[in-house]
Amino acid sequence: MKRTASESRTNKSQQSERSLWQRLFAREGMGQAVLLPLLSVFTALLIGAVIIAFSNVEIIAAWKNLFSSPMETLKLTWQGISHAYQAMFEGAFGIPSEMAKAYKEWKTTGETRPLLEAFRPISESLVIATPYIFAGLGVALGFRGGMFNIGAEGQLFAAGLVATLIGYSVKGLPIYIHMPLAVLGGALGGALWASIPGALKAKTGAHEVINTIMMNYIAFRLTDYLLSGPMMRPDGLPISRDVLPSAYIPPMFAPPMRLHWGFIFALVMAWVVYWFLWKTPLGMEIRMVGANPKAARYAGVRNAMITVLTMALSGALAGMAGVGQILGVNHNMVRAFSTGYGFDAIALALLGNSHPLGVVLSSLLFGFLRGGAARMQSVADVPVELIRIIQGLVIVFIAAPEIIRSLYRIKEKKQEGPTAKLVAN
Amino acid sequence: MTQAAKTRIRSKRDAATSVILLLEAVFILLLTRDSGGLISTFDLTSKRAGVTIAAPDLILPTFATLVVLGIVVGMVGTWQSIRGFKNTNLVLTSMIGIGIFAFLIWATRDKTLNLTGMLVSSVVRATPIGLAALSGIYAERSGVVNIGIEGMMLVGSFTSVIFASISDSMMIGIGAGMLFAMLFALLHAVLSIKYRVNQIVSGTGIIILALGITSFLHRAFIEKIPDLNSPGPAIPAFQIPILWKIPVAGPILFNQSPIVYTLFILLIVTHVMLYKTKWGLRMRAVGEHPKAADTLGINVYRIRYFSVALSGAMAGLAGAYMSIGAAGRFNEGMSAGKGFLGLAAMIFGNWNPFGAYLGALIFGFFDSWQEKLSILQVGIPVELLGMIPYIATMIVLAGFIGRSHMPAADGQPYEK
Repeated sequence: MKRTASESRTNKSQQSERSLWQRLFAREGMGQAVLLPLLSVFTALLIGAVIIAFSNVEIIAAWKNLFSSPMETLKLTWQGISHAYQAMFEGAFGIPSEMAKAYKEWKTTGETRPLLEAFRPISESLVIATPYIFAGLGVALGFRGGMFNIGAEGQLFAAGLVATLIGYSVKGLPIYIHMPLAVLGGALGGALWASIPGALKAKTGAHEVINTIMMNYIAFRLTDYLLSGPMMRPDGLPISRDVLPSAYIPPMFAPPMRLHWGFIFALVMAWVVYWFLWKTPLGMEIRMVGANPKAARYAGVRNAMITVLTMALSGALAGMAGVGQILGVNHNMVRAFSTGYGFDAIALALLGNSHPLGVVLSSLLFGFLRGGAARMQSVADVPVELIRIIQGLVIVFIAAPEIIRSLYRIKEKKQEGPTAKLVAN
Repeated sequence: MTQAAKTRIRSKRDAATSVILLLEAVFILLLTRDSGGLISTFDLTSKRAGVTIAAPDLILPTFATLVVLGIVVGMVGTWQSIRGFKNTNLVLTSMIGIGIFAFLIWATRDKTLNLTGMLVSSVVRATPIGLAALSGIYAERSGVVNIGIEGMMLVGSFTSVIFASISDSMMIGIGAGMLFAMLFALLHAVLSIKYRVNQIVSGTGIIILALGITSFLHRAFIEKIPDLNSPGPAIPAFQIPILWKIPVAGPILFNQSPIVYTLFILLIVTHVMLYKTKWGLRMRAVGEHPKAADTLGINVYRIRYFSVALSGAMAGLAGAYMSIGAAGRFNEGMSAGKGFLGLAAMIFGNWNPFGAYLGALIFGFFDSWQEKLSILQVGIPVELLGMIPYIATMIVLAGFIGRSHMPAADGQPYEK
């Protein structure tokens, strides 16, 4: 009797635990949808730590003495890793002590300059996160509609070209007309660029992956041509003319901070994408085509039209990443204005389970990682490329959750969302 | 699809072909506009690495040649619209070839172009693309989409440089490049065969991972220890006795890097393997209908693992060719899209080795033509001319020039 009582008690406590878990995440399965990406990122960062340790010559030298002085070796390794990750943290957010000092100074004297300087790293990270959010939303929307938009990079370039062109060639407009015009034009450019592979897919069944890659190269060549020809600056460098100030996306703070209102707009767009996909009939049709094209057709959805629309919207969002960089940050266009935002966006969409909120969170994460990596390189001498390794590992772990599950002994639960479908196929 | 529908589609495509040909004829005749009395000179002499193989110049009167070519294409187009050819693909390909030649004649009016040199560099530039295409064929014929070739090539070029620098042996470098690329291919295989991950997702992950690892190690070690990035000069060309002295053909085909010959041999071997051996039949069966193959006692998983590993080895060879075979060093992101072009060439060639190599040659040709035409100063921006192969790929993919038949089970994980 006693044993059964205690058994039932443990059962009960397990149940109450589970219900707490459920209460935290409202829905069963939701827990894993959050837990697995977190563990994936965590594991990738752990592997990153190992890589940091073994790319440091001093640490490698110390490991030769592992048996004679094990504690010393481990201490040195730990120091190397924590030094690098600390530099990364400071690069991503700022140095806490300086931030506090600057804040105090601002409180007492009203001096804003040190405050802006101290908080600049966090602003820089958000500047990087902005194109990530846009491009990630674009790829995620494509995933929801069953399209693998690998060409976000090309759409970014196409949109950037249009925005730059409108930015410098249209003159004499007030900012409240010129800037939205340039933004809209850029988004349309991205939409057009993406809808070509979309139309080819809908019309002829040509696979969008190869076609979007080809469109990337066409966009790069077009950029090369325009930047060294029609759109070139008078001084002969392969840089476009400068965008007029009336087309600037206004900054949110004073000069050393580069964060612009495009960041807020990106967050708003994330909500709009959520609302569009889950609360409107058209959004539902997109998700239907993505989940089961045959069923969608029997339900009366015009698949071809939806496919083109999905790609166009995906391209417009990806294009916004380029528009934001040009009108908000660079104010002109160079060939290297995007450092692979479009390609990274695939990782972000996967990490965020193709959900706008997930995309925003993973974009913030990678914005901070990338922002911090620059300082990590200069302070701890760890190359920025570490971020790309982490990104690649995250994709692998997200794509094959079995690896993470077996590492942390998590039981399988049914997953939802297109990533799950991609995984389960 | 009913017979009537099939015929309708074919007649539609035939009509499109004749329209394309007639437009091309008009285009060629338009090129004659301001070329009266001019002469196009093609230099066929090869001057490479201090060795000159002489050949007479090919001197063509621009106007007359263009008129003749235009009329030929026009007649073929007219015949196509009245009677129709049996093999429209062949006709279209050769006519487009004539069109490109006509454009070259127009571009060299009153100038000289070294045609042999251009063709030599086409073959050189086609080699990594061709190897990448072979890599794609091995994976996709067994039903695994391998979009990560780009990343595997990077790994191949990186490791081959390191090992060649350490060991002072090109063979060890190439072997190591193939081996490490194969390891990445096996990661792709485990993800897509065992864990049944979407193969495009897995391939993308592999590209990003490979780009990250090679760039990271490059920054962390190679830039600091330059000895690791000095495998010596690029692998020298090997002259095939007697044959290499033939004018024009000699320099193009018989005075190339050993890896180029390896590619030629691999093309033949792959063709024979795919269509004449038990292994090839099994591989194709697994790619077309894995369930049927399984029922007949073929081990689907083993064939797929094996094929993807081979695919990785090919990609590694392509990477090794780019680094120690041609450039003589490693640069960050040096695969520069060649892996994707290889996939496009594979689709172009309908998943057949020789067709894929033809596609690779076309990419290589346009790559070198962009460079040569920028020297000639044609008046058309070279960047725009450089878009042609990508646009052509999209047209081929869309099925305007005959449908491509991808393996039926391509990209689908197999579950027993």
